[in-house]
Amino acid sequence: MSTPNSQLPTPKLVLRSIVALFKLTWLEIKIFVREPMGVIGTIGIPVVVFLIASRLIGPRIAQTAIQTGGGPGSAVLPVLASILMALSAMSSLVTIVSIYREGGILKRLRATPLSPSVILSAHVLVKLLFTILTLAIMILLGRRYFPPGAPVPLLSYAVALTFTTWSILSIGFLIASIVPTARFAQPLAAVILYPMIVVSGLFFPVTVLPEWVQGVARLLPLGYAVSFLDGIWRGEGWSAHLGEVAALTFFFFVFTAISSRVFRWE
Amino acid sequence: MTPIIRVSGIRKTYGKTVAVDDVSFDVEEGEIFGLIGPNGAGKTTTMECVEGLRRPDRGSIAVMSLDPIRDARALQQKVGVQLQQAQLQKRIKVREAVDLWASLYPGAVDGDALLERLGLADKRQAWFMTLSGGQKQRLFIALALIHDPDVVLLDELTTGLDPQARRAIWDLVREIRTRGKTVLLTTHLMEEAERLCDRVAIVERGRVIDIGTPAGLVRRHCQNEAVVLETTDDTASSRFQAIPGVESVTWQGSQCTIRGRGGDLVTRVIQCLAEHRIHVTSFKTELPNLEDVFLTLTGHSIRE
Repeated sequence: MSTPNSQLPTPKLVLRSIVALFKLTWLEIKIFVREPMGVIGTIGIPVVVFLIASRLIGPRIAQTAIQTGGGPGSAVLPVLASILMALSAMSSLVTIVSIYREGGILKRLRATPLSPSVILSAHVLVKLLFTILTLAIMILLGRRYFPPGAPVPLLSYAVALTFTTWSILSIGFLIASIVPTARFAQPLAAVILYPMIVVSGLFFPVTVLPEWVQGVARLLPLGYAVSFLDGIWRGEGWSAHLGEVAALTFFFFVFTAISSRVFRWE
Repeated sequence: MTPIIRVSGIRKTYGKTVAVDDVSFDVEEGEIFGLIGPNGAGKTTTMECVEGLRRPDRGSIAVMSLDPIRDARALQQKVGVQLQQAQLQKRIKVREAVDLWASLYPGAVDGDALLERLGLADKRQAWFMTLSGGQKQRLFIALALIHDPDVVLLDELTTGLDPQARRAIWDLVREIRTRGKTVLLTTHLMEEAERLCDRVAIVERGRVIDIGTPAGLVRRHCQNEAVVLETTDDTASSRFQAIPGVESVTWQGSQCTIRGRGGDLVTRVIQCLAEHRIHVTSFKTELPNLEDVFLTLTGHSIRE
């Protein structure tokens, strides 16, 4: 018979889980890059769109926003690109989880010593890594469109984007938990995403919206993500945005808690 | 001796649907035990309860005296599973899957040797999506055996495979038994059950109807035998009617079907033919099999 504490994680098991997480993440990265369309969609298209937009309007927008200190809602182009990247990572997470579930891959992995959180965390890590990689490529290739010496704290911004994407990915898990099949995933993600983008302040200031819509917007994570990234891009410190960091953390835990209750493995 | 798997009175419902009503059986060490029945009979649900993927509403399960859900971690090291209709990532290589699985278990066997044994050595670098149905199932067997488990659970292992691939898989399962392991499998193919299983439990509508060796079940439930032969002898019909134990003699042109009960209908028909010098141009026996047992017990064919 087993001992009563056989389900408690020992240090050895925790170590095994961490090793398994890295192994699985590395494997999922390799599997991901074997599909050319996925790589083009995730990295290629955002980079190309960003470069074209930068060429057309980039220097003026980036400069204007930085010089005037901007205003809520007039997000600079890099922030716009970043948010869209995070959202596309989110929607691709929804798709991949639903495909894995439909194909019985999640079920097969779950019938191994891999813990469920390791299986799902591997996908989050893959998405975060590719988001950061895309950002790095954008910054490298887009550098010449920005005025030299613009006070952009790139490292801080990269960390902020990782954090924001991490929070936004939890919405993906929530959607992935409730969609029945992969076919439903994309439309449902779109129905939830587009209204959220509209009221996030990404394209126009939230203040032009009716009072009640602003109230709704405060209940959604995207507005916090936009003003947080915008602030960091302008060179403000994290301390000026603790409210947004707290809100994004809060949303992450709420969405993760709900999805862990309703998540279906098959 | 304690059975290696003991399932006692389990029940599982999904909403109003009763998937498993009342299932009990014991699997002894070193045997191949089959749960047989039509699709939707409750075989897979039962299997998934044994695998620890589902919790039965009632009843209990012990695998090597451990509880599949409470002692999941300990059992993962002792039990290998192959799930019904499972897939892997489309673009995962065979080698990568085996390596990943091997890294998850302490004391895993040599993956390359295992692939060799299962005839997948030349597919090590192939993506999962490029494998044939039989190769995929062999890979799933490899993953089930990677940690040298004592108990192997195989759910609808050969569904969708062509007869040749199916036979190859049967050989592999027999080899698992030769290595001293216990196999619990589900199948809706009676031929598979007859050729592979030491004992079977017939499952129908969430209940076990009977348990025994395939031959034993046939003896117990189906004593009807038939001889089909062709003859143009006019006297044959009345001679056949007179054979003890014969229940019916039917004709279709020159083809005659003689049905009867008891174990030695065939002998008595042959004796009759010899004694009366009845000339026959063809002769075959129709002995009952598990399909007939199923029909007798449930009143319908397993294929319906």
